Amino acid sequence: MDSPFPVLSIITLTPVAGALLILLLPRTAKQEARLIAAAATGFSLLLALLVYANYDVAFANSAQSVREMFQFQESTSWVAALGINYHLGVDGISAPMVLLTGLASFAGVLISWGIDDRPREFMAFFLLLVAGVYGVFVAMDLFVLFFFYELAIFPMYLLIATWGWKDLREYASMKLTLYILVGSVIALIGVLAMYFVAGDATGTYSFDMVHMLEVSAMPNSPFDMEIFGIDGLTFARAWFPFIFLGFGVLAGVFPFHNWSPDGHVAAPTAVSMIHAGVLMKLGAYSALRVGVQLLPDGARVHLPWIVFLTLINVVYGAFIAMRQRDFKYVIGFSSVSHMGLVSMGWATMNVFGMTGAGLQMFSHGAMTALFFSCVGMVYDRAHTRDIPSLGGFRKVMPWVAFAFVLGGLVSMGMPGLSGFVAEFPIFMGLWNASPTIALHIGGWSLMNYYAIIAIVGVLGIIVTAAYVLRVVQQVFFGEFDQEHYGHLSDVTVLDKAALAMLSLSLIILGVWPSVMAPMVESGVRPIAQLLLGGV
Amino acid sequence: MIDWTNANILPWLIPVPPLIAFALIFLVTNRSWWLTVITALTGTILSWGLAAAVFLRAVGAPILGLYAPEHFGPNAFGSQVPWMATGATQFNVGVLVDPLTVIMLFMVPLAILMIMLYSVGYMYHDPRRERFFGYMTLFAGAMLTLVVADNLLLLFIGWEIMGFCSYSLIGFWFEKESAYKAGVKAFMTTRVADVIMLLGIAYLFAETGTLNFRDIFFNEEMLHQLATTPALLFGGAFSAAGLIGVFLVVGTIGKSAQFPLHVWLPDAMEGPTPVSAMIHAAAMVSAGVYMVIRMYPLLEAGADPHHGIYSPPLMLMAYIGAFTALFAAVIAISQNDIKRVLAYSTISQLGYMVAALGIGAYVAAAFHLITHGIFKALLFMSSGAVIHGMEHGEHHAHEHGHHPHNVFEDEGKPFDPQDMRNMGGLKDRIPVTWWAFLAGGMSLAGFPLFTAGFWSKDEILAESWNLGLGGEGFGPAIFVFILLVVGAFLTAFYTTRQLALTFAGEPRTEAAEHASLGGPSSLVSIFMQGPLIVLGVLALITGYAGVHPSFPVFGPIFSPGGNPFHDFVAETLMHHPPVSDFNLVFTLVLMLVPLAGIGLGWLMYARKPLAAGQEDPGKVALDAISPAIWRWMENKFYVDELYDWAFVRPSYWVSETLVSQIIDRGVIDGTLHFIARAGVFTGELFKRFNRVVIDGVGDGIPQGIGLFSRWFRFIQSGNVQQYMLMVALSAIVLGIVVFWNLIR
Repeated sequence: MDSPFPVLSIITLTPVAGALLILLLPRTAKQEARLIAAAATGFSLLLALLVYANYDVAFANSAQSVREMFQFQESTSWVAALGINYHLGVDGISAPMVLLTGLASFAGVLISWGIDDRPREFMAFFLLLVAGVYGVFVAMDLFVLFFFYELAIFPMYLLIATWGWKDLREYASMKLTLYILVGSVIALIGVLAMYFVAGDATGTYSFDMVHMLEVSAMPNSPFDMEIFGIDGLTFARAWFPFIFLGFGVLAGVFPFHNWSPDGHVAAPTAVSMIHAGVLMKLGAYSALRVGVQLLPDGARVHLPWIVFLTLINVVYGAFIAMRQRDFKYVIGFSSVSHMGLVSMGWATMNVFGMTGAGLQMFSHGAMTALFFSCVGMVYDRAHTRDIPSLGGFRKVMPWVAFAFVLGGLVSMGMPGLSGFVAEFPIFMGLWNASPTIALHIGGWSLMNYYAIIAIVGVLGIIVTAAYVLRVVQQVFFGEFDQEHYGHLSDVTVLDKAALAMLSLSLIILGVWPSVMAPMVESGVRPIAQLLLGGV
Repeated sequence: MIDWTNANILPWLIPVPPLIAFALIFLVTNRSWWLTVITALTGTILSWGLAAAVFLRAVGAPILGLYAPEHFGPNAFGSQVPWMATGATQFNVGVLVDPLTVIMLFMVPLAILMIMLYSVGYMYHDPRRERFFGYMTLFAGAMLTLVVADNLLLLFIGWEIMGFCSYSLIGFWFEKESAYKAGVKAFMTTRVADVIMLLGIAYLFAETGTLNFRDIFFNEEMLHQLATTPALLFGGAFSAAGLIGVFLVVGTIGKSAQFPLHVWLPDAMEGPTPVSAMIHAAAMVSAGVYMVIRMYPLLEAGADPHHGIYSPPLMLMAYIGAFTALFAAVIAISQNDIKRVLAYSTISQLGYMVAALGIGAYVAAAFHLITHGIFKALLFMSSGAVIHGMEHGEHHAHEHGHHPHNVFEDEGKPFDPQDMRNMGGLKDRIPVTWWAFLAGGMSLAGFPLFTAGFWSKDEILAESWNLGLGGEGFGPAIFVFILLVVGAFLTAFYTTRQLALTFAGEPRTEAAEHASLGGPSSLVSIFMQGPLIVLGVLALITGYAGVHPSFPVFGPIFSPGGNPFHDFVAETLMHHPPVSDFNLVFTLVLMLVPLAGIGLGWLMYARKPLAAGQEDPGKVALDAISPAIWRWMENKFYVDELYDWAFVRPSYWVSETLVSQIIDRGVIDGTLHFIARAGVFTGELFKRFNRVVIDGVGDGIPQGIGLFSRWFRFIQSGNVQQYMLMVALSAIVLGIVVFWNLIR
């Protein structure tokens, strides 16, 4: 499907234009900088909504080839000699992600209105970050994908190191940047290897994902050739774990998750929102798009053990969150836990589980953005995030209390809200996958264990309820310290607008999942078909 | 245009009014008390009216020109809409009104309406009363959604929303720490069960591709396949149906507070009393039993309890239910809090239903669910009236200008208006409440022939007798019968104890002396006592819907054409459960059990009522054997302490020490920091190497040059004499060289 104008490019480049415009402003033009940032992200959000609303599910389901399935495509040659195309497009998985980015970035600008320390620079970097995120989700060329991927990381470092929490920002920004950079470099090497192997075999050297997909689907695909003369070790099988886990670092896959809580805590509120809300999805999304989709044979071999890592994520993150004293760390670790469900959904390798994972990406994104904005609003006023010293905040900021409780209910999978719509298919997918998936290591093999994964995994959901209730009780209910916090003011109208926007999306998706589930399903179905090809 | 008079579509509307009322209360009317009350009551009355309309359509009301449909079971009302409509998997949600739903539609909306009316009086003085009605209407809407749902997913949605509401309502007085903790405890305990149930639902859907009740239960082939496929886990012992069933039963064990997940329910008494009535009677705990009754064909798949073949879920229910029924009854004897006694009696009575279902007494379980719902709502509301009266009396006795709820605040040793030891003699002070409590209590005790509880409990005991000791001799049925009979005796005993301690004799405190509901004309009194009267009558007569046709005198009067309740509800199932045989001798003997319990209770507590400060006669009697017995009973067999020790603390340890500190901060960050430090160390090493070796060479050359030049510099001193000396020396050296060459 084509659009009359290059809508994806405009979505991606509007924030860049906004950033440039802001940098041209004089130093004193703080309010103008904010307004430009709001306008740029708001405009992108509107276009993202447009793309979302016009995405044709029926068309995607009836598409005969991958090339057709992506919609709103744009393609121009960029560096022809290397086979780099500026090729953009969205499918059922990325269209919701584009919308999510729009929501989180606009909400992020709204709640950052109060930043008074160099807001010009802050907004400019923030817009660059947003542009990078959009770029990854719409990229259909691996080079373009990496370009935007790294573009997102660079301003992230500066935002955390400059505007972050003083005690931790240098350590955390360094930790985060190094982790993600190392992960992406590993993935990049894998992608380059793919580029050369595919190029050598077909004679066409191209980073275009559709080209790679076609190569991957060829009979006697070069990705399925044995390498190093080792029996059973194909290119796909050798490289899959590097690519999947390389991107998985950004998705917080255990044991590479530890950058995330520190990073989230150190970052300023809006950056935490983008970071946990959207940036972690870049990892999960790219792992699926590049790893699973291009190397399905590798996925079939490796996901059966990677699922254990995701299980650890789910349970382990929840347990850690339960005993944190720092409000923001609770949410940080909850993201680790919930992102585990996304990877777990990929690992089911069937339509149910992967649809659930796609929905979980959106649900968790909006939910955690909501969480972090709540934490930020409390911290900005109380100047502490120490849970035991807070209490009774529903009195001074009822909107925040409501939003946090709502986010909490989403995170514990309450039916009627988006979390349930996402988690239920994931668990269904685990049951469904159980009889068909087996893990072979050497002569030893493990059968039918996805059911056990499901059973252990729900432990994470139980613990989630425990930590959410604990925070709700101690921060928003409980004893109110009139002396310390009696003078606090309620949140601003802009804050409320941001909270309402995010809350509403959680409720709408929960009550009427048909607004998104079929779309995600249209996106994951072809990938699931690739995966089941060899079972 | 949708035809809302169509009985297939009408059920959609039943849960809607309370949900609209909820939205209105939270968004619009929350500042006005009377608007809130009107909104809540309008919503509840509307849904009661709709439910009544559906009820009459289903059972028939010839006076109104409505005739019951032929074969209502297979031709139940219902309709569907797509919810997650996608290319391949179409997920529909819809409503279903089959006989089982119909009987719930009799009990639930009525109980909800009564509770709402009662709450108007009970919460009249509460500062957050508007919010209270908000939660209550949401709760009601969720429960009604659950009742009319035609699939397990929609049922689960209602189920979970109720879980959330019960958390909010139990912890409604969240300033009081114990209340908030009770809310969290209720939520967490049921949550554990709920996620296991969710696993079962997910498994069922993965296995069958549908969650619609009718699609599964009326599909013999599918049930057979589920019963013969080995389960994914423990495939040797369980069929797929068996494992799914066990998961679902666990959900009920949590929701209906069966052992070992019963611990939340007694603590839930921290909530306002209408909440207790809502949770314990009309809604949440009934929902648990309703769900297993609803899922019975699946739980029974591959088994036939009427011929001694039990499936794992049935066995689980039979044993857990029977054990819980007795266990909770034993604890109830020793409790002094008026609401806690009722809480344990609820646990015990739910055990009866679960056990009944476990041995295949399908209709009896449903019957007891309905009668229990009514008389337990009545009992809780009566106990609320007692508490209210006591608070009033306390208020009167100490004219401090106390707010009624301030008695909860921990100031020294507060007066406890719920402690039965502080009561006594209330019979003459709040007579309407006394008669209502008596009707409910006797129904609970199973007073023969004239209470609803007798007929339903009798049916359960008769079936377990016929399948066990009385004939077939099936093990689980024997077990169930023995425990339930002992339980029935104890139930009658503790109910009599409660009635005597509360109402008989002379007041033991000043508060009891002055207890009152504010006179017959006060608004509080009208709103609180009106529902008591309605439910009090129902608690006596509802049982006549299900009298065995062969019962002397009563059978011919109430069941001339067969047991109406049984015949109606049996249609819910594809294979109608048989009517059990009637045995007159057994029935007469069985009537003695509650009478004996009531008699013993009367002897110990009512004949000579407790005086102030006197030790409990039950305790005195048991202490004669061993003081440990009463202590263990009073402390509920230390189950809470055991859980704290076995689950709560270890999970804190795991999260704080093991996972957070050792693994995350220790191992993972440790490794990372080690790598970082190794990197820094390597950098340092390289730096030194650089300085010593590379710099040694690199710097050595320029340094050497510099050194040389510094040394060499002295010749450029600018001193003419020195230059001359140099010239002279050079000349001499040159001269010697030249000379040397010449002479050679």
